[in-house]
Amino acid sequence: THTHTHTQTNLYCLKSRLLICIKNEDLKEMLESNKESLKLEAMKRVVGLIAKGKNASELFPAVVKNVASKNIELKKLVYVYLVRYAEEQQDLALLSISTFQRALKDPNQFIRASALRVLSSIRVPIIVPIMMLAIKEAAADLSPYVRKTSAHAIQKLFSLDPDQKEQLIEVIEKLLKDKSTLVAGSVVMAFEEVCPDRIDLIHKNYRKLCNLLVDVEEWGQVVIISMLTRYARTQFTSPWKENNEKTFYDSDSEEKKGQIEAKPYIMDPDHRLLLRNTKPLLQSRNTAVVMSVAQLYWHLAPKHEVSIVTKSLVRLLRSHREVQYIVLQNIATMSIQRKGMFEPFMKSFYVRSTDATHIKTLKLEILTNLANEANISTILREFQTYVKSQDKAFAAATIQAIGRCATNISEVTDTCLNGLVLLLSNRDETVVAESVVVIKKLLQTQPTQHSEIIKHMAKLFDNITVPMARASILWLMGEYCERVPKIAPDVLRKMAKTFTIEEDIVKLQTVNLAAKLYLTNSKQTKLLTQYILNLGKYDQNYDIRDRTRFIRQLIVPSEKNGALNKYARRILLAPKPAPVLESAFKDRDRYQLGTLSHSLNIKATGYQELSDWPAVAPDQSVRNVEVIEPVRNLPSSHTSSYLLALANITMISSIFPMDFYLGFRPKGISTVHSDPSLNIKSNSPVKLAVFILNEI
Amino acid sequence: MIHSLFLINHTGDIFLEKHWKSVISRSVCDYFFEAKEKAVDPENVPPVLQTPHHYLITIYRGKLFFLSVIQTEVPPLFVIEFLHRVADTFQDYFGECSEVIIKDNVVTVYELLEEMLDNGFPLATESNVLKEMIRPPTILRSVVNTLTGSSNVGDTLPTGQLSNIPWRRAGVKYTNNEAYFDVIEEIDAILDKSGTTVFAEIQGVIEACVRLTGMPDLTLSFMNPRLLDDVSFHPCVRFKRWESERVLSFIPPDGNFTLMTYHVSSQNLVAIPVYVKQNISFFETGNCGRLDITIGPKQTMGKTVEGLMVTVHMPKAVLSTNLTASQGNYTYDLATKVLVWDVGKLNPQKLPNLRGSLSMQAGAPKPEENPSLNIDLKIQQLAISGLKVSRLDMYGEKYKPFKGVKYVTKAGKFQVRT
Repeated sequence: THTHTHTQTNLYCLKSRLLICIKNEDLKEMLESNKESLKLEAMKRVVGLIAKGKNASELFPAVVKNVASKNIELKKLVYVYLVRYAEEQQDLALLSISTFQRALKDPNQFIRASALRVLSSIRVPIIVPIMMLAIKEAAADLSPYVRKTSAHAIQKLFSLDPDQKEQLIEVIEKLLKDKSTLVAGSVVMAFEEVCPDRIDLIHKNYRKLCNLLVDVEEWGQVVIISMLTRYARTQFTSPWKENNEKTFYDSDSEEKKGQIEAKPYIMDPDHRLLLRNTKPLLQSRNTAVVMSVAQLYWHLAPKHEVSIVTKSLVRLLRSHREVQYIVLQNIATMSIQRKGMFEPFMKSFYVRSTDATHIKTLKLEILTNLANEANISTILREFQTYVKSQDKAFAAATIQAIGRCATNISEVTDTCLNGLVLLLSNRDETVVAESVVVIKKLLQTQPTQHSEIIKHMAKLFDNITVPMARASILWLMGEYCERVPKIAPDVLRKMAKTFTIEEDIVKLQTVNLAAKLYLTNSKQTKLLTQYILNLGKYDQNYDIRDRTRFIRQLIVPSEKNGALNKYARRILLAPKPAPVLESAFKDRDRYQLGTLSHSLNIKATGYQELSDWPAVAPDQSVRNVEVIEPVRNLPSSHTSSYLLALANITMISSIFPMDFYLGFRPKGISTVHSDPSLNIKSNSPVKLAVFILNEI
Repeated sequence: MIHSLFLINHTGDIFLEKHWKSVISRSVCDYFFEAKEKAVDPENVPPVLQTPHHYLITIYRGKLFFLSVIQTEVPPLFVIEFLHRVADTFQDYFGECSEVIIKDNVVTVYELLEEMLDNGFPLATESNVLKEMIRPPTILRSVVNTLTGSSNVGDTLPTGQLSNIPWRRAGVKYTNNEAYFDVIEEIDAILDKSGTTVFAEIQGVIEACVRLTGMPDLTLSFMNPRLLDDVSFHPCVRFKRWESERVLSFIPPDGNFTLMTYHVSSQNLVAIPVYVKQNISFFETGNCGRLDITIGPKQTMGKTVEGLMVTVHMPKAVLSTNLTASQGNYTYDLATKVLVWDVGKLNPQKLPNLRGSLSMQAGAPKPEENPSLNIDLKIQQLAISGLKVSRLDMYGEKYKPFKGVKYVTKAGKFQVRT
């Protein structure tokens, strides 16, 4: 029967393949028909196949013939197909190139742009020179939309052929000078992908980018802000007082140093410009924009100004679950260094039973970071609710959090410890196990006062089955065996019975306990220890065999190992430093906030390090832009309209000096931009406007 | 930035894929399926995952996973925000965002995805711009198109793409000019066992529906703007005018949009419209428990509370319920263990009550924690913060538009601990 079903499935496969063949034949026929509507219908079905991930590459010759169709929808669908399959059918794809080359010269800017989009998306190495030429031409196009498309094409060409880098950088350099808000985001994106280290290309465009920022579309804003954050960290000196003070106190004698410090810190006006112009974007509806401004302030603003981003970040917690996740991660990192920033909003991090587990754990993390002497009682009361949660993973995380609060705030250590001891009689095993582990860590910080708790845990030992918890109790017994001299040997006796069926970590701790008891109380435990060491010697796990051998050599005196044996007690029973319970987010600030690397806590491919502030600021004048051409150079026929525009701007700017960049967009400027009939550089009016603003 | 997108339904079938750069095999999703398996609940799948060669950023909306494949460093929120924008666009175009609808409109979906990203970078995400390029499907249009062979795709560059107000299309014409604003406030609250407020705040949003001819320039002002603590705006709002005069000045997009969201300063005490008297208990023996919930009006400002609904996520051990509701209906879903009591309108004279017994799995330990109650409610004609719109003025156009403002208060994340 097996072979029978096998042939059946084979047959079925053949059948379906045949069916596809027939279908493809049909489609081919439709594509080659004279009727537009049939062709369109066929293309729609083909796109349906592509969307489903089915192979439609056989139809390439039939499809490519329609690339020059007059029907715009048909043409667009053909583009979709081409971009998907050109890589696989390079020779055939070349047939379509001339159509695009023609379309690149079309008077309609939309058609020019889409031709460039498709041409640059066809990953066929042979056409690299054609693409290069097209990009260069499009970068000088009168339409900012086409120029934007060329910025995207730069990245595509770069990934197809990285050898073109130098030529592409030239185009990027040119496009960076573009004053259109439409182009700015895309060209900065190209810069970030092709030559992020060429910070020198930014200097002359820095102020312009800062000033355009509010008018750039949302996605471009994110990219520009992130790039400018990196830029600022290489060009300006640190506004953080701590640093300055430290160097102040460090230097005592050196006169030269003293001179530098005598100069009080003054923020570079360009640094201030960036901070001022990004601030309004905290009110953006786009969560990515808000986050990017927040990280900019975190990495660039003077410490006392950073807190203006708090409210906006807390606002984002109302957004989708995925947004909450990222924002909470970033707040977790921030709240370690700057409790004060988020403390007033503590209640916004209270957990709801309907939150997803990863959201709950992050909120818990933040609440723990925010805990201090003043609010700890409120937080602990809240934690009591969480410990009872039905979500046991979350309950366990809460116990960890209580442990952290207990070590960080000495006033509540005892309260927490007592609370955790109560949890030892909890019905749920994970809760008990987690409590044991946390109690163990807490006891290590102050063992002298707590032999009662150790005794209590010894009593519970029989009922606890979670390996980690059993191991923790055994470790405690061994470490403080002199404080519970009667109980510890008895625990060892029980372990000798169950040794073979225990988990590995429990076995290791049993060996440890045996060794420590042997050293302190060999009269009672010598035989037990030998028995356990013998069991360990033949264990299946080599770690345990290893450990057993090592312990035996260390504690049992023999002729060969005399030297080490003398120190056994000092080695095994050395006072050990208490473990530090700290946040999982402690080292996250080594990554720029808001990045993928920060979210995953690994260095993601293509991550750009944020440099340290330079000790001395590089030359500021590199950002100066040359003087703008005077008004009289303009073609006389258009002077009047310019004057009108200028008058508008002057008037407006005197009423709302900042508004020029924020809300009000004088009509004159936007029309001049797209109007090719004006035979001048399309961006001059903006330059003039900036010029006039400067003059005022 | 965004390399590829896969749409996956909740059973784990990939039903659509789109690549903006070279093709990535769908086997990359296996890492996601692994994480999904581990998470049990789809909401618990981590939004950001790492695989040996790619990074996966996923959102979960309307029982669908939007999974994007990333190859290099990118702000994760950038991708998340964009994916939600894609889902919003589908909602806007097709009325809902579900597997069936997406499959039915796969060509339009593909055309939209093509326009929304170029080389993985967002190109056009404004609804007004997209609608000029790709018209949303209507029955009439699809009939006409099949007859005439004309298409849904425009061949000129949308005016919005070029202007400094990309959110508004040019040449808008209406015979009836109207502008409606809905002020919607949501109360987020956690109440403890005794009814004391642990945490409460008001989040508001102003949804606008503006159908005005030409290029109207609107100004919306409030009687008491001081109430607003933290705000975020649609890009059309002039921020400086808000900073200096506390008015909303803007050239609106055409159609429906969210004008602003706001947070009411936490100094003001938040009025809690209802109180809940509850008693849920599980007995040590007999495998049963009792439930008794009564809801009454508290601070309703003289308005009627409607759409009252109580949702309870019961402990796993609760097998069935035997309850009587004095008003409305209740359902208990055995699979998800969710009890929903749809109360309806709250009558202050005769308070709604739900009581009865819960039967538990034999031998299961008594649940440690009582389940929280999630409350839903609605109050028409009231903004609970007291926010009031004082006037709406229009400049730039001559006609007189019809204007209207509506207020409504709802429960947001409103939870009563028991």
